[in-house]
Amino acid sequence: MASDRRDDTAQGNAQHQQDLSRRKFLKNSGLLAGGLVGGGLFGGLLTGSLEKKEEKKKIATVKKESMVMEARQFFSRQHDFDVLTAATEQIFPEDEHGPGAIKLGVPYYIDKQLAGRWGINGRDYRHSPYAVKLDDTDKSAGPAGEQSILDRGDIFMLGLRKLDDESQKRFKIGFDEAEEEQQIEILQDFDDGKVAMNGVTSAEFFNLLLQATLEGAYSDPLYGGNKDMEGWKMKEFPGAQASYAGYIEQEEFKKLEPVSLRDYQGH
Amino acid sequence: MVKKLQKVDAVIVGSGWTGGIAAAELTKAGYNVVILERGGDKKHEDFVGTKDELRYSKRYDLMQDLNKTTITSRNSMDKEAIPVRNNSNARLGNHTGGAGNHWNGMAFRWLPYDFEIYSKTVERYGKGKIPKNSTMQDWGISYDELEPYYDKYEKTAGISGEENPIGPPRSDKYPNPPMKMTPTIRLFSEATKELGYHPYRIPSANNSQTYTNPDGEKINGCVYCAFCEEYGCDFGAKADPIGTVLATASKTGKLEIRNGANVNRVSHDGSKANGLVYTDITTGQEFEQPADLVVLAGFVFTNTQLLLTSKIGTPYNPATGQGIIGKNFTGHFNNLSTYIGARGFFEDKKFNNFMGTGGLGASIDDFSGDNEDHTDLDYLHGYEVHYSQLGTRPIAHNEVPDGTPRWGKEFKKQSLKYFNRNLFITAQSGFLPNKTTYMDLDPTYKDALGNPLLRVTVTYDQQDRNRAKAGVARCEEIMKQMGADDMHVDVVKDDIEFDHKFYTDHFFGGTIMGSDPSNSAVNTYSQMWDMDNLFVVGGSTFPHNSNYNPTVTIGAFAYRAAEGMIKFLKEGGNVAQAALETNA
Repeated sequence: MASDRRDDTAQGNAQHQQDLSRRKFLKNSGLLAGGLVGGGLFGGLLTGSLEKKEEKKKIATVKKESMVMEARQFFSRQHDFDVLTAATEQIFPEDEHGPGAIKLGVPYYIDKQLAGRWGINGRDYRHSPYAVKLDDTDKSAGPAGEQSILDRGDIFMLGLRKLDDESQKRFKIGFDEAEEEQQIEILQDFDDGKVAMNGVTSAEFFNLLLQATLEGAYSDPLYGGNKDMEGWKMKEFPGAQASYAGYIEQEEFKKLEPVSLRDYQGH
Repeated sequence: MVKKLQKVDAVIVGSGWTGGIAAAELTKAGYNVVILERGGDKKHEDFVGTKDELRYSKRYDLMQDLNKTTITSRNSMDKEAIPVRNNSNARLGNHTGGAGNHWNGMAFRWLPYDFEIYSKTVERYGKGKIPKNSTMQDWGISYDELEPYYDKYEKTAGISGEENPIGPPRSDKYPNPPMKMTPTIRLFSEATKELGYHPYRIPSANNSQTYTNPDGEKINGCVYCAFCEEYGCDFGAKADPIGTVLATASKTGKLEIRNGANVNRVSHDGSKANGLVYTDITTGQEFEQPADLVVLAGFVFTNTQLLLTSKIGTPYNPATGQGIIGKNFTGHFNNLSTYIGARGFFEDKKFNNFMGTGGLGASIDDFSGDNEDHTDLDYLHGYEVHYSQLGTRPIAHNEVPDGTPRWGKEFKKQSLKYFNRNLFITAQSGFLPNKTTYMDLDPTYKDALGNPLLRVTVTYDQQDRNRAKAGVARCEEIMKQMGADDMHVDVVKDDIEFDHKFYTDHFFGGTIMGSDPSNSAVNTYSQMWDMDNLFVVGGSTFPHNSNYNPTVTIGAFAYRAAEGMIKFLKEGGNVAQAALETNA
């Protein structure tokens, strides 16, 4: 699961609450239908009746085995990260073709990117005056809020909290706990620019989220997403191959084992 | 306090193709040259193992960092321009080698028509055919005069190609055979042949075999790894300034490249350039580098901005049509003159889309320039249609048939299915200059050193939209012939405006050339009419845009300019004057 939640320090009701929401989230994000049911962490969460001690042990095992048990660099509040996780999984869901955003490590990829130069628009021109309200023809100069004074980290925080607010307002439940259809409905409204936000449009936030999710699914695994090159495998993209000179004239499709930069540069 | 340095023979702004060619020719002739390059030092070693889509195609690692400087953009004179803040909208070259490091290597010559566009149009269709708002003009040079310089550039870069059945005359064949024929290139070629057109392989600077150029520089044979555009070549197989002209200049011991040197202005006394004033960006210290010969070999924006901030020449005034500097801005605009066309989706065919290289593909010239009779058409100039196999990378390529959502389950399913089952062909068209498409200094925004940003105003003319529509329709026809089961065809709307994306790196104008100081900033040797020891070289000197990629034409004019510079250093005066007198 996409979390480094400190289960071992959680207390009583709070633990129960979290378990419930986790269960709901699992259900909503389709993971229950996937291959994870019965795994240590989820088995424990679902039965809910295991002894604390045993659960702790199982979580530790899963943490070691799972790719998503990383630490957050940018997001300080767990709930913001849970909203991000749920949103990316709706954009790029797990299905019969393979893993979705969560299993690919996309939320952690985004967390790392926001903590770095991209998150503070380090390469961008950042001098005032900024234009917030633009003519339609000028708006294309500002995908993902380019003309906003907000940096990408600010936009993500505002956008994720707005997603959650919308869910609370409409369904009286956090975005990460909402049903799949409810999450999709809200995300679609953001995509369509229908949700009012300050300093940036909801569509600009959504574009940024969509772009970052695809990057996390398909960039080289060295950035923390595309776990085990599973994104590339689904897409039949072979990565950083040295040469295609031997195949490029051939008529038939060439399936190749992908190569990451770790393989390529680490010689 | 500006610190004055010791005088050199020549000082050049920029280390891309034009600065590199000037440096190679000047140092071979025995002159001492300093290149001022604001970007960092790059060697081929920097390009080894950099097959990283996120770093180079999404974070633009090789491009000019916009936090120091950018441009501002607007659609018409009555609007306030806004800055282009992000590299996703401006992919401009930087560092030693400039944009020559990350070009795809498509190496077309332009047409005889391009250089004499005004007279050839009037001759064939009469004066009435020239649109009212047009500022198109002849370049003051013919294709035949430029041809030897084309040949020289092609041999320096080892261009690999085959004869174009309807191309302009050549004095010699390409120095290397064409690149490999792939199944998808064959599909495009056969379809266009069946339609009666004349396909030929795109001439390429990704060398088809190991090659040693006339200066003794070795370029390796391409291995088709598919990381070309936005990337330096992993294998030293793409002709770039670092491996060719800069290497040639360095071997003489007469070249110094000063990195991190941001040129602020040309110092001059009104009739002679004294040198270049620049800031060392590591210390903030300002220097003046004096020289007998001063060369502006930056990108279109840099050259134009430097002349305007240095107060050299007369700024163009769109209200009166007077003045030259900033005039005739043109380009391959993303949503109008390139990157539009037809995308075909195939149910039963799967292609090796991820294999490729930058200059790999085929093109047809049946509609290029004035090759088609424009008597009954509502536009001038034309378009070339090409298919190129650059190698599709997974973050950028998520093409899905029309009607598919852009995220979620259905998107994922379709984007995975079609990643290797879609092909795109594009019509790259000319864009003709008009009165209100130009550059000047922005009144509001400044760069990190306090210099005003260059402001770009782009107004599409109706004929440019008409040409784009015709090109897209041709793509649709060809893609159908190629057997696509489903198609996405781009729509060119009647009211489409410039989208402020300076992504193609194909931009021109601002310091245009001509045969007469009344309608041009430089002569055809790229020498300023009103300051004879100042040469301004590159795309900024092109009075209009053709439908072809520009690098080879830029290279050819750079060789001609270098010849002019050497002539000037020997004899002084306006080096085009003799030619003018002959014509008179």
